[in-house]
Amino acid sequence: MRNTLYRSSAIALMTAMLAAGPVWAEKTLTIGMTAADIPRTSGQPDQGFEGNRFTGIPMYDALTHWDLSSETEPSGIVPGLATAWAVNPDDTTKWTFTLREGVTFHDGSPFNAEAVVWNVQKVMDEAAPHFAPDQVGATKSRMPTLVSARAIDDLTVELTTTQPDSFLPLNMTMLLMASPTHWQSLYDAVDAAVTDPKERAAAAWSAFAFDPSGTGPFEGDLFVPRERFEMVKNENYWDPARTPTIDRVVLVPLPDSNARTAALLSGQVDWIEAPAPDAIPRIQAEGNVIYSNPQPHVWPWQLSFHEGSPWLDKRVRHAANLCVNREELQVLLGGYMGIPKGSVEPGHPWWGNPSFDIRYDPDAARALMTEAGFSTDNPVKVKVQTSASGSGQMQPVTMNEYVQQSLADCFFDVELDVLEWNTVFTNWRKGAADESARGAHAINVSFATMDPFFAMVRFVSTETFPPVSNNWGLFGNDEFDALIADARTSFADADRDAALARLHTRIVEEAPFVWIAHDVGPRAMSSKVGNVTQPKNWFIDIAPMTIEE
Amino acid sequence: MISFILRRILYTVPIMLGVSLVCFALVHISPGDPLVSILPPDASVELQQQMMAIYGFDRSYPEQFLRWLGRAVQGDLGNSIATGRPVASEVFNAVGNTLILAVTATIIGFTLGGLFGFVAGYFRDSWIDKLATAISVIGVSVPHYWLGMVMVIIFSVELRWLPATGAGPGGSSQWIWDWEHMQYLILPAITMSVIPMGIVARTVRALVADILQQEFVSGLRAKGLLDRGVLAHVIKNAAPTALAVMGLQLGYLLGGSILIETVFSWPGTGFLLGQAIFQRDLPLLQGTILVLAMFFVILNLLVDVAQTSLDPRLQRG
Repeated sequence: MRNTLYRSSAIALMTAMLAAGPVWAEKTLTIGMTAADIPRTSGQPDQGFEGNRFTGIPMYDALTHWDLSSETEPSGIVPGLATAWAVNPDDTTKWTFTLREGVTFHDGSPFNAEAVVWNVQKVMDEAAPHFAPDQVGATKSRMPTLVSARAIDDLTVELTTTQPDSFLPLNMTMLLMASPTHWQSLYDAVDAAVTDPKERAAAAWSAFAFDPSGTGPFEGDLFVPRERFEMVKNENYWDPARTPTIDRVVLVPLPDSNARTAALLSGQVDWIEAPAPDAIPRIQAEGNVIYSNPQPHVWPWQLSFHEGSPWLDKRVRHAANLCVNREELQVLLGGYMGIPKGSVEPGHPWWGNPSFDIRYDPDAARALMTEAGFSTDNPVKVKVQTSASGSGQMQPVTMNEYVQQSLADCFFDVELDVLEWNTVFTNWRKGAADESARGAHAINVSFATMDPFFAMVRFVSTETFPPVSNNWGLFGNDEFDALIADARTSFADADRDAALARLHTRIVEEAPFVWIAHDVGPRAMSSKVGNVTQPKNWFIDIAPMTIEE
Repeated sequence: MISFILRRILYTVPIMLGVSLVCFALVHISPGDPLVSILPPDASVELQQQMMAIYGFDRSYPEQFLRWLGRAVQGDLGNSIATGRPVASEVFNAVGNTLILAVTATIIGFTLGGLFGFVAGYFRDSWIDKLATAISVIGVSVPHYWLGMVMVIIFSVELRWLPATGAGPGGSSQWIWDWEHMQYLILPAITMSVIPMGIVARTVRALVADILQQEFVSGLRAKGLLDRGVLAHVIKNAAPTALAVMGLQLGYLLGGSILIETVFSWPGTGFLLGQAIFQRDLPLLQGTILVLAMFFVILNLLVDVAQTSLDPRLQRG
């Protein structure tokens, strides 16, 4: 009788436990972003690279990925959803990508060549039913030569470019693969009263943003516009090394740096981007950890080669590069600045071997200026357009005032023209000869150097003069066009890198910039967050991170 | 009275039209590219033109205005360029969040302001007056975003009593009036109430002090009316002006505060407006300004009606 009672009790207890399910505390990582809104969640994020960092690569994969596993080496590309790629030797405008087998989207549908074609069409083909105009801007300029895709078989896809372009595999890191099947189901569910196909497509994309489906290590779970976005781990992720141990990631937009700092110090979030610099000692004193690493980023003065510009004299350009005391500026910024030697750094595959050494040497700078005909009594007048704030601009006014003061020692009389960020950003595309330049001889807009087009080509090609692209200073000649063409048509990785190194060498030697700083992307994390690798990259991989309960 | 109300409603029609025109013009004459939030700076001219055509910015300003106005009167404020979400739902969600904050701040600010003002005016030149006046001067003078930051440092960072940012543990969409959510409201509401408290206190003090000097008050007292009765007359005479000031303050509060809502990441209209400005999101900016302007117009209408019902002489004006 007693045994029966025990047995019945044990069975009842086990049944109750099974019914209740396993009981554990969910491991949640909460991140305070600098963005004022949740970046787009439907596959091609906005809000710059912060968008890709938090709602892009955690939820979606691309054909190629940045290798984010090293803190010391520059990030290269590694296979993502494509396991191999090669250019067609007979027609170098065509590339073949071999796709990874057995990958499924979060909704369970298979990833295949048709899905790649669909994702190319979403931003390239206006006639496609799922064409998404609001995703075009953030995507198309990142892959300027891509025009179309064609499925060869289930796991092979051919991409076509407008001209031979060895940069394509690098560019493809930015095309994130969304699920066509899931989108179609949302399209079919749009209210029948909406009959215009474009409106139905827009409504489907809007629904997709709330219920996204990619192939990444995290899946979208809860979206409260402008307030929070929650992702949960994808336990079936195809890469075991990147299958998350964190159960849930919560993204909170906190545009004000003091608010972010307060949120971290009060324990509301575990990680903040770009903490207020003067709060860093306090953040560290509370046991939090600051991570930083020079990013592929340049904070320069881009110089004008328009008629009458003082920068037409190479001695003046070199003198300015030699007269900025970057070590002192680094101290001014609390140490959170990288000291540049060019657009990329020594050790980078594209570095080369420039004969001009960017350093602080005011005596050499003054000698060059004297040779160019300038002196204390006859300083060269330069006007620089900059912004009061802005994405990637670090602390523009403080830094420009420092540079202004520094250059005064070398016979430069610098006038700063400080404008609102979006206005400067717009002017950047109009060029030094446009009236929007207001007579400026240089413009201060920082830029990313992740891929060769963004890092170099757009600033030194005669094909990228305004308003086509960002060669604001109108710098370029046949030599540089030939170097660019050589790089674009060197399809073996080593050959391409060697050609880019030759291009970078000449850029540094000709100095169309005054290279002033690299951002180091400081972020603060609670000591509970573990297995953090801060790469030399704008992105960071959340998937392998851990968090203590 | 009814004809007065109808006349006032009729007046609001040209005001609303004018407001919508000013909204549209202000947003479009400011420099910068309307597609800056979705186009990178290195976008080609071809891509720019393609996007301008897709979003309708290649049309003439009058055509753009008429199309926007035509949709707006049907309740469709278009879609945000930056997010692709409908502007109307964005604005009304933000209005709801600001209402929660503004109403709480109003209750705190008007109650304390009225109390301080009345006491200071009634006990004019006494130490009570000086204390209440000092509090109201501080309320008007202290920059509220600074006060917000100080309160965050004290109550969130140091004491860890209250959360520093946000509108609830799961965001504003899950807002309910329980302690778990209301604790997110306390710091921003107190910060937001400080200025209206100071302004209302100073207004009420001046009114009460002035009314107490008037002959009819001496007359009431001479007739043997008790203090309670005199006070009722003072309140009734002070109410129309105080109400006008409170209406304006309520309008400001309902408009949200970019600074306070940014400091506390409270997803209201001020926060939304700030984001629309920084992203140059024209449809969102136009829609938000329009809705806020309409709030002012409607609020002024309600205040006018309330004032007139309290003081019928105003009908003649």
